[in-house]
Order: sequence, then structure tokens, then C-alpha cells
Amino acid sequence: MVVKLDKVDVVVVGTGWAGGVVSAELSKAGYKVVALERGKNITRSDYIGVKDELRYTNRYEMMQNLSTETITSRNYIDEVALPVRTRKEVMVGTDLGGGSVHWAGATYRWKPYDFEIRSKTIERYGKDKIPKDMTIRDWGITYDEMEKYYDQWEKTAGISGEPDPIGDKRSSDYPNPPMKSSPAVNLFMDTTKKMGYHPYRVAAGNLSQTYTNPDGETLNQCMFCSFCTQYGCDFGAKSDPLVTVIPTAVKTGNFEARTGAYVRRVIYKNGKATGVLYSDTMTGEEFEQPADVVVLAAFTFANNRLLLLSGIGRPYDPKTKKGVIGRNFNGQFNITFLGARGYFKNKKFNYYMGAGALGGTMSDFAGDNFDHSNLDFINGGGIELRQYGDGAIATNHVPKGTPAWGPEFKKNSIYYANRSLNIWYTMATMSYWHNFVDLDPTYTDSFNDPLLRITYKYTDQDRNMAKFGIEKCQEIMEEMGADIVDVDEVPDEFDHIYDGGHYAGGVIMGDDPETSAVNNYLQMWDVDNLFVVGGSAFPQFAGHHPTATIGALGYRASEGIIKYFKNGGQLVEAEKKSRVV
Amino acid sequence: MADKPTDVNGKNDMSRRAFLKNSGLVAGGLVGGSLVGGLLTNQFQQKPTETENKHMSGGLQEARVFINRAEDFAILSAATERIFPKDDLGPGAIELGIPFFIDKQLASEWGTNSKEYMKGPFITNIKSTGNHNVSRDQDSQGPNAGTQVPSPTPRYQSILNRGEIFTVGLRKIDQVAQDDFGARFVDLEPDQQDEVLRMFEEDKVEMKGIGSANFFYLLLQTTIEGAYADPVYGGNKDMMGWRMKEYPGPRMSYLDTIEDEEFIKMEPESLRDYQGH
Repeated sequence: MVVKLDKVDVVVVGTGWAGGVVSAELSKAGYKVVALERGKNITRSDYIGVKDELRYTNRYEMMQNLSTETITSRNYIDEVALPVRTRKEVMVGTDLGGGSVHWAGATYRWKPYDFEIRSKTIERYGKDKIPKDMTIRDWGITYDEMEKYYDQWEKTAGISGEPDPIGDKRSSDYPNPPMKSSPAVNLFMDTTKKMGYHPYRVAAGNLSQTYTNPDGETLNQCMFCSFCTQYGCDFGAKSDPLVTVIPTAVKTGNFEARTGAYVRRVIYKNGKATGVLYSDTMTGEEFEQPADVVVLAAFTFANNRLLLLSGIGRPYDPKTKKGVIGRNFNGQFNITFLGARGYFKNKKFNYYMGAGALGGTMSDFAGDNFDHSNLDFINGGGIELRQYGDGAIATNHVPKGTPAWGPEFKKNSIYYANRSLNIWYTMATMSYWHNFVDLDPTYTDSFNDPLLRITYKYTDQDRNMAKFGIEKCQEIMEEMGADIVDVDEVPDEFDHIYDGGHYAGGVIMGDDPETSAVNNYLQMWDVDNLFVVGGSAFPQFAGHHPTATIGALGYRASEGIIKYFKNGGQLVEAEKKSRVV
Repeated sequence: MADKPTDVNGKNDMSRRAFLKNSGLVAGGLVGGSLVGGLLTNQFQQKPTETENKHMSGGLQEARVFINRAEDFAILSAATERIFPKDDLGPGAIELGIPFFIDKQLASEWGTNSKEYMKGPFITNIKSTGNHNVSRDQDSQGPNAGTQVPSPTPRYQSILNRGEIFTVGLRKIDQVAQDDFGARFVDLEPDQQDEVLRMFEEDKVEMKGIGSANFFYLLLQTTIEGAYADPVYGGNKDMMGWRMKEYPGPRMSYLDTIEDEEFIKMEPESLRDYQGH
């Protein structure tokens, strides 16, 4: 029996940056908000004293328990998809604050080019530059319109950084100065500068000083303790929803975060969402939470799956190339982090120290910052050297040719433990008609609902760009003085390893309801009171990490929801476009 | 403040606790966060002596909790010692407690795959290569790839959990040793043992339910983890793995040293030190 609860103004599914920002803004504006989180209720004290590499990095303590639900994966439309069974193969955050609690902190704004990629590519290189299978889209919003939301999120999160010397217009500086640097980062910065590039320090959600944000939340200074990525910060020095937007929402008295609440359906009647159905993971009871506005702000996988399971929106069909839900699945996959590793025979680095976003970067080969006329791909990516602060299990890199085990492995892995550095190219991924998500016909979750199925393959665009990026990383590493430089090999095909945590698309933004699911307020074209917020809205991925853009979209959506409460209806008039597939 | 070696199980720990309480620093528990914890750790906790550590691991951790048959454990010990041998750099797998580490891991939620998706249908024709692509290393890819030992694309499609894979795999090692070399694995010469292991690594052994290379890489991964995980899990005995690598263990802060040019070598500390008791 389903217990029907009292109606609230807004129900938000997910408590990461997307759901957290929406919850804070709506409850600040006086609306009653309930946020549903399938994971545990966690606080800072869950991370105090637990700096344990095996448990968090190798056993994925903070990642979703897959025994109840995972994804299935295949490369081609005619293949049988197999479940991705282990947490080594799929990294999805869970618990209060979502993936935002274990993020590294690297913060990038995406470029004007990223938001208008289709128009700008055609404008500069002509229509033929875009391969016919590629389904990249303008977002229906420009960087200039996004700027104020980026600015607001950076201030809420307390980002520490310096501007990209070849970056885009900013209305204000980062709220905090950049973090301290390290010899490894300095070596990368000095070398790339000498080579004529424009390096700068990665903007960080690891705070360079104690900071109070505009909502009155105080964040502490980062200690460079190195337990950052895949860990919760025990100092309150990494910007996440637990120290920012969630306490802000709680303070209003209008907000409740309900954990252990596994949302299974959006309830949808007569063209409107009326609430959500969820199961309490501790009791098994089923509840209906009615609301005037439903916000799906969960992970990309969950946003897509909930719409498909609820029968909302037209599912994308790759055979006809019609429909919208599931279209343009994209993200940062293995191929987007390839580069070069250098081994230094006579130089040691304190590589056990660090922070998630401690690093140097450059965008000389990102976006359309370089001429693509004679290149066999579009877009590009950042080049980064990051000093996460590696644990002892992590530092087992050995020069190519070393056996994987035995005396020589032991000798080299110990010798090079503090003598190797890595540079990678965080390249963009473009969308294609053949990369999409739908529901799996075979495998189910513990409620017997179908799993989400992902169909994804690499293209020449991906492989060519990876090759280009690897060469740049190799040149820099050689210039940095490494004695041995090993480069990554470009894979032939996507191998179904979903690490990195950055998957996007499927419920994409756009200005054409024929090819996009949500408008530029993240409001569904088909359902006025349903907003789908987060990485699921990206029509394609840029060459930088996604978090700032997800935070910014949270503010954009919040503005839209408040407008909707005042005026109702569709907030954006659809521009009828000629459909390009 | 030096604790006696007999303090290892916390039995004689009262003097330090009493002092901390009286000093007021722990009023309200660890509410001040680990800053306070670390302050206490750094200031008051002595470095564990060798005797103390021997008591701790020897007394509590060197017993099997997953592997029943002593002969299976002997195969595991011999195999891990070939993967991570004792040499002039320092101890090998056995001295580091790696076989006990692996045994404990197999008894854990990881060993029983309790947080993995284990619903069928399963692929039934898993053999050497099957759907386990062993041709490509994952170690250099992905933002967290640095945290993994070199391993093949590990699409896990076996109905067996990791504990079962180890049981099947260890016995298969012995069988190959007897079939190909005419003796138990533990009785072979080191070179012959390497040859047996290499057959698994190169996926040349037919196994039921799992590719032999996949078993080998599980064995390899756990051996490395056992060398370098916190000693609380039974490996990395006396932090000897960390000492070889000059890894300091968990620390509160590097705020004052992150900019230093020189390599800083520290006496390692474990979670036991870090958590302050």
C-alpha cells in the first residue's frame, strides 16, 4: 500500500550540486521543499579519522551499492548489453550530497564555443566540418547568459583560483586566491610557459583560505592532506553541498532532506507531474510525495531512467532518429584522460601530499582556441598536471617494459614511487546518433524494473583527438626533463569501464523540442512543472570538467522554477528549427 | 607518556586517556574535527615500537578467517611471495602478512561481492578470453587509473564471487604445477613457480567460470594492496611496505610543506596512530 504524504511546493530528487542548489534557492524564496536521497544521511563526522586508501579508493566506499541497481552496456545497437557488475567498473556517487562529496574540486567554466558549438563550427569551418553522424547541438543559451550563474555558483562554493589568461569574460574574480603550488605543478607551469603556452593554476573547490559564502556558510582552509578525491573532506575544506547549499536550505525552515528514499517513478497525469513514488530503503514502505513542481536532479543515469520508467517524454529511437529521452548520451570516458607519464631518475616529488584540484592547466588546445582547419576533429581539451596526493597503493607506476610482478616490478615500483608525474588531455566528447540510453530488455533492479542500458562507441573524432592530445602531453613531459616518457595508447573501442564519474546527456537542453527534452531553464518541453537538472542536460561534453556547469545550471533552473510559480506555463517559446539528424 | 609494549590492546591505556580528558582537549569528543585528533596524535602519541607492532599483528591478525584448507593458504603464500618477493629492498609478501590480508579481504563484503550486481543471466561460456579482454591495460587511463595495479579490462561477468574465484584459482595453480611439473606448487623451484603463474597471467590455463588471467590479476591486485594498504587490514606489517616506499601514511596536514622542493622522508604512521588510540 502506498502512503500518500502531504503535498509540498517542490520535491527534488537528488541532493548533489544540482539538487542542493535548487533546494537552497527555492527554500530561500519561501517555498516548501522536500529533497529525496536514496543514500545515507552523512555529515562531516563520517569522514573524521578515516583516511584509508584501501576502503575509499580501491573498494569504492562512497560509491553506489550495485547489488540493487546498475547499468548495462554495449557498443553497437545490435549487441546484447551486459551488466556492469562491479564498483571498479562503474563509479556513481550516493548518499547525502551525492557525487559532489567525493569530487576532486577542479573547476572550469565552459566556453562560449561550447554553448553554441554547432553554429560556431559551421560559421568558422563550414557545414562539412561536422561529420554526418555527429548530433552536436547549441544549448539554447549562450555563455554570456550563463556567466551570472557561474559567478553565483563560484561564490557559493568559494572557488579558489586565478583566471585563465586566454579565458573568457568574467564579471568578477574568483572569490578566493589560488591554492599554494607545489614543485611538480611549478615544473609544469614553468615548462609550458617557456614553450609559449598559457598555463594557470586549476581553479579549486579546495579552499585556499577560510571563507564565508554569501549564504553565510563558512568553509575552512585546505590542509593538502591528499584524502580528497573519492573521500569526503573531514576539514570542511572542500566545497560540497554538505557545507554549502544543504545547510543553507535547512536554515530556512522550509526544507527537509529525506534520506534512504529511493525514487522509482514520477507520477504523471494529464500532462502534469503530480509528485513522485519512492520506497523507504530501511523499511520497504512505499510513499507518494505530491508536489506542485517536480525536480529531477539526480545523476544522469537516474534522471534518464526515471523518465523512461515513468513514460514521460518520447523515448529516443536510434533507428528512426526520432524522440528525445535518451538522445545524445555523452561524458568523459577513458579515452578523454589519455596523456603521458614521465619518470625522473634523479628527482623526487612529495607526491603523497596534495589536494584534489591542486594542479596546473592550460587551454591552448581546448575548445576552438586553436585552428582546426587541417585537423581531423573538432573541439579539444584542457591539459592538466594534477597532484592529488597519491596513496601507497596508487603509486605502482613502472616504465613500460617492466614486468607486472616479481623482483623487477618490485624494484621499479618502489624506485619510481616518488619519481613519476602524469599529464593528460581532458578532451571533449561529441554526441552521435548511435550513442544513447534506453531501458534494458533483460536485466532488472531489485524491484524488477529494467536497468538503464547504454549504447556507446568511440569514433574517429575521439581517437584522432586523443592522439593529438597525447602528443602534446608527451612534448611537454619531455620538455619537463623526464628521463623516460611513456605515452598512453589510444583504444580501438570503448571498454565499458565507467570510471571518472562524468556521464551526461539523454535529457538534453536545446531550443528545438524535436531534438531536446528541456528548455534553457531545464523545464521539460512537454511537462511545464517538471524540471530535469544536471549533467543529463548537456547536449555534448566540453573539454573540461563538468561541476561548475552543473552548479550554474542549478541556479538557472531555480530562477526558472520561481518564474514558473509566478506565471505558470512554458517559460521559453520553442523556436521551430529545421531538424538535423 | 611512553606507553609500555603491553598497551597494544589498549588495556593499559588509561594514563593517556586520563590525561587527555583532564586537559579538556577532548571535551565533546572529536567535535573539533580531526584537527584536534591530529594535534593530540602528533603531540602525545609515541611512535609505535617494533615490539608493539609485533604484538599487535602477531596476536590478532595472523589467523585464517576465510580459507579453510591449510594447503590452499600455503599455495596463496607461495604465489604472493613470487609476485612480491623478499629482496635487499625489504620484506616480501609473506613477511608483510599479505596472505592474511587477502584471506581477510575474501571474507569481507568485497570478497563476497555483496555490493556488486550479481543477478543473472550470466554468460555461460566464460573461458580464457571470453568477454574478458585481456589485451589492454587499464593502468594508464581514467582519472583514478593511478589507483589500480595494471590489470586487463575486467568486465566481470562471472557467477562466482571473488572468494570463490580464489578458491578455484588456488587449487588450479596446484593442479597445473602437478600436471606440468610433477610436484605440488609449494615444492617447485622459484623459477618453476614463476612459470606456472605466467601461464595464468597469459591466460593459457583453462578454468571453469572465470578466465585464468582474470584470476591472476585479482591475485596480483590484492598482493599489491596487501603490501601497501593500512596495516589495520592485516598486510603491510609494521608499515614495512610504506617504509620501502617512503610513504608516511595518513597525516593531518601538509599545509606547511606542500611547497618544499626537497623530498621529505617521515617515519610512517597508521590509522591507529591517526585516530589517536
